[in-house]
Amino acid sequence: MTDTITVIGASLAGLHAARTLRQKGFEGHLVVVDADPHRPYDRPPLSKQVLSGEQDAEHIALQAPDELDIDWRLGTRAVALDQQARSVDVITPTGEAGTVSYDQLVIATGAAARSLPGTDGIAGIHVLRSLDDSLAVRAQLDAGARRVVVIGAGFIGAEVAATCRERGCEVTMIEALPVPLERAIGGEMGMVCARLHEQHGVDVRLGTAVDRIESDADAHGHRHVRSVELSDGTSIPADVVVVGIGVQVNTGWLQGSGLTLDDGIVVDDTLLAAPGIVAAGDLARYPSARYGQQVRVEHWDHAIVSGEAAAKRLLAEQRGEEPATFDPVPWFWSDQYDRKIHLAGRAAGHDQVKVVHGDVDEFVFVAVYGRGDQFLGVLGMNRPRHVVRLRALLDRGADLAEAIALAESL
Amino acid sequence: MMAVLDRLHPEVGGQMRVVIDYDLCESNAICMGIAPEVFEVRDDDFLYILNDTPDESMRDRIQEAVERCPKQAISIADD
Repeated sequence: MTDTITVIGASLAGLHAARTLRQKGFEGHLVVVDADPHRPYDRPPLSKQVLSGEQDAEHIALQAPDELDIDWRLGTRAVALDQQARSVDVITPTGEAGTVSYDQLVIATGAAARSLPGTDGIAGIHVLRSLDDSLAVRAQLDAGARRVVVIGAGFIGAEVAATCRERGCEVTMIEALPVPLERAIGGEMGMVCARLHEQHGVDVRLGTAVDRIESDADAHGHRHVRSVELSDGTSIPADVVVVGIGVQVNTGWLQGSGLTLDDGIVVDDTLLAAPGIVAAGDLARYPSARYGQQVRVEHWDHAIVSGEAAAKRLLAEQRGEEPATFDPVPWFWSDQYDRKIHLAGRAAGHDQVKVVHGDVDEFVFVAVYGRGDQFLGVLGMNRPRHVVRLRALLDRGADLAEAIALAESL
Repeated sequence: MMAVLDRLHPEVGGQMRVVIDYDLCESNAICMGIAPEVFEVRDDDFLYILNDTPDESMRDRIQEAVERCPKQAISIADD
């Protein structure tokens, strides 16, 4: 008998799990816990429309209508899991120790942005993961900050660079790797993205690490960033520094819980971590038959589909039904300047990448990734229609030759 | 404003109508991938609705398109 399902983590994955539970007929007690006191919100606009000033908190709120009948425990931080007792230890909004019980549990505590070591307490240096982060950077830009340094040329860094450039800032983007986005889209396509930024006047520094941050102290001893010192000896003056160097999964609180933790929560091919416990979103590491290895996906669409699948997994357990295998085709999008970048599938492990439509120099193109005969993924820039058609081939396991043939016919 | 109408209990006997907020739509085409009978992004890069009153049997897929549109530009009206 399942009276209570508790969801730990009220961002996109957790919220979709909660919504799916209700949509699929769960009528018991539904508790949603999150350390953040704010109601859930959507993250993609944080590096774009919120940062630019077009949107505010009310535009990005995630829908959680009252009819979902959720018992909200916001501002409540989960600190330990006791599988035997079926309870989660928490710190309440007033700072007291408490517990939240469950008959079944969804863990969707996601990940936190990595910060640059040695930069604590220096004003003007930000990560960009939360609404507060985005508003803090925006406040500096609104107050006249013009010299922006973005550390990390991944998708967050790239979107921040694009948004700041469109706001008229001088932007320098620093990437330690010789090519950006190598793991995500491969070196060749990564360079296309770097050139897109150069074309818009961003100073792109590849193969360059940050040596240290220089800062000034005011009369009260508060430090503010002055410049970013690079490994090649150059110095970049900065009013604002945004650090986009990746995330670390929020699984520290699960140490000692008995769950398998390995850069995420290790789950089976139905998202089950342990009896009665599922994981969803950025921190779920699941075995993909499609890719022949364990994967962890940090994208928006994945948070939605894994949240939904995690909910259905718990309901299947309740109802004694056969659970569905979870192995979706990943889908990713990034908006930079007037370009829409779409990636369906994965580029990781590819041994060839072929531009099958358009022209990379025009920044309008489609490229497919292959490994031997296998069709792994498709990348498009301003060609959503083509990506969608090729994505359908990924869904049904078509091979590379078929993908190329279709692409060239479109 | 969020344009999503999150109907948990659609009206029995009503007609489902697909509504697009074209101010929000940016032709990401994820909807086209989910329900190509209804959503089509054409060569001009605009979204066209092929049938704005699809059969009730399509509700689950249309609802999935609503959920997964990155711009929350799709909603279902039950007339």
